[in-house]
Amino acid sequence: MKKQKEKICTIIALIILFILVYFAQNRLDAYKIRILNLGAIYVTLGVSLNLIYGFTGQFSLGHAGFMAIGAYVTALLVLPPYYKEVSFILEPLIWPFTVIHAPFIIALFLSGLFAALVGFLIGLPVLRLKGDYLGIATLGFAEIIRVIANNLPHITNGALGIKGIPEFTNLWWTIGVAVVTIYIIKGLINSSYGRALMAIRENEIAAEVIGINLTNNKVMSFTISAFFAGVAGGLFACLLTTIDPKAFMFVMTFNILAVVVLGGLGSITGTVIAAFLYNIFLEYLRPIEAGFNLGPVHFPPIPGLRMVSFSILLLVLILYKQRGLLGGIEFTWGGFFRFCNKLFSNKKSTEGSAS
Amino acid sequence: MEILNIDNITMQFGGLTAVKNFELRLQSGELVGLIGPNGAGKTTIFNMITGIYTPTINRIYFKEMDITGMKPDKIAKLGIARTFQNVRLMENLTVIDNVMIGFHLRLRSNLASAIFKFPGYIQEEENIYQKSIELLEKVDLERCKMENAGSLPYGQQRKLEIVRALATEPKLLLLDEPAAGMNPQETKELMCFIQKIIDDFDLTILLIEHDMKVVMGICERIVVLNYGLTIAEGNPKEIQHNPEVIKAYLGVEAQYA
Repeated sequence: MKKQKEKICTIIALIILFILVYFAQNRLDAYKIRILNLGAIYVTLGVSLNLIYGFTGQFSLGHAGFMAIGAYVTALLVLPPYYKEVSFILEPLIWPFTVIHAPFIIALFLSGLFAALVGFLIGLPVLRLKGDYLGIATLGFAEIIRVIANNLPHITNGALGIKGIPEFTNLWWTIGVAVVTIYIIKGLINSSYGRALMAIRENEIAAEVIGINLTNNKVMSFTISAFFAGVAGGLFACLLTTIDPKAFMFVMTFNILAVVVLGGLGSITGTVIAAFLYNIFLEYLRPIEAGFNLGPVHFPPIPGLRMVSFSILLLVLILYKQRGLLGGIEFTWGGFFRFCNKLFSNKKSTEGSAS
Repeated sequence: MEILNIDNITMQFGGLTAVKNFELRLQSGELVGLIGPNGAGKTTIFNMITGIYTPTINRIYFKEMDITGMKPDKIAKLGIARTFQNVRLMENLTVIDNVMIGFHLRLRSNLASAIFKFPGYIQEEENIYQKSIELLEKVDLERCKMENAGSLPYGQQRKLEIVRALATEPKLLLLDEPAAGMNPQETKELMCFIQKIIDDFDLTILLIEHDMKVVMGICERIVVLNYGLTIAEGNPKEIQHNPEVIKAYLGVEAQYA
């Protein structure tokens, strides 16, 4: 009965989201839509990183690598064949890639699958490492992917990157993928398999002696995480319409990591909120790079100043809220209604005392 | 029926021999105590049985199957569960989750049906929940099922760890100092509880304990270790009067001329 009610609430919320997306897509200007799109892609990236880092406890810095794989796969699949001939100047594109062509949705799915496959192959040896060592190894992997992309001109067009990718990505796609990602990862977390992952995070030895296979579960979590990072990479490519290896430097992983830590490790709700806040905030901070007056003091335009001020904000947040914005708390309908009730009854009591 | 056969195993860490020529046969339904001064190699033996270490020499058989060198999770699936000397709970998860994790190794639903909550999985999850509640009721932890395991008092954490081990449906249970940190009342309850679960769950128990009241009170057979060597074996009475054991625990009486 209670579950039924929650299901109805979720469906209503999804319908509201549907309407909001419809209005946003049609009414907002391109700049705002771009920010929302980026926010939604960061939701997918953040939630998938949270699965491996926040829930399974494996410190992975390889997300930019998986994104790059997804972006290149999508780009090569959705670019029209005649366009490929023109844009590969350094060296002509080699055979299977010249003819393959797929609709956007299939390209996205294949991006995910390919990233997942690479994630699986990388995960098997690398997930034996723990903590910082795992972080370094996955970071190295992401760099390797970037260097490969730089040096395979007959597939990736080298440092020039691929340009003129059709702009398929819109709010329907980004929000849709984000919703599917949240649904699947939340479904995983709230299952016995999710408990096994969290058990590994909490205490590896204890998890092992109660029959949880560490390697299998870690690799599973890593593979699923890589899948969604790949899909997000595909969306990213078709949003920017141009990709090159420089887009997938360590900064990319850092952005995603910042979103996850900001939202709270192990909180999907936190990641969602943080992903949008992060993107919106960076935009609002843009004016300070153009130079501004603070009382009598004039600040000259300094490029990169918004990242500095953002870092300060991040520091303050980590100082005062160590466990992130939500600190591992999840949104539930029960909690939502309790909150509304409290708000409502508070108002009532203040009104009562006033009269 | 013989459930565990430890055949003369030796464990060396570099030049240090932690356990030497250790032999033990457990019959189904037995409750055997393993005692000895600190550093005698008791926990090392547990680590070898559960697959955390592999013995340097010779082998271990569980229900006549060679389990030497198997991974801990595989050994757990075969039916050996344990608790730890320093409690190892999933501290940031709730009490009920800690128990439900124990049932994961018997889960039949696959990943997809768990993610998309197919009816078969929901049924299974419901069963696991019911069984976990029943287990918690046995140790009076049912009322704090939604608390974080790490916030429980030490004695209750120990009980929870035993319950989690029981959730894996073991045939052989290894308890590493279950009474450590418990007050006399709790210890008494624990003794009753251990004797009860042997019958209820059709268990065989091997137990490490420093509290002699517990060991002498409930164990049918006791093995004494010192410096990795078995120095005595027998029922509680025999052990209490064994000169070797007294020597190991209290040292040799000074000889006056």
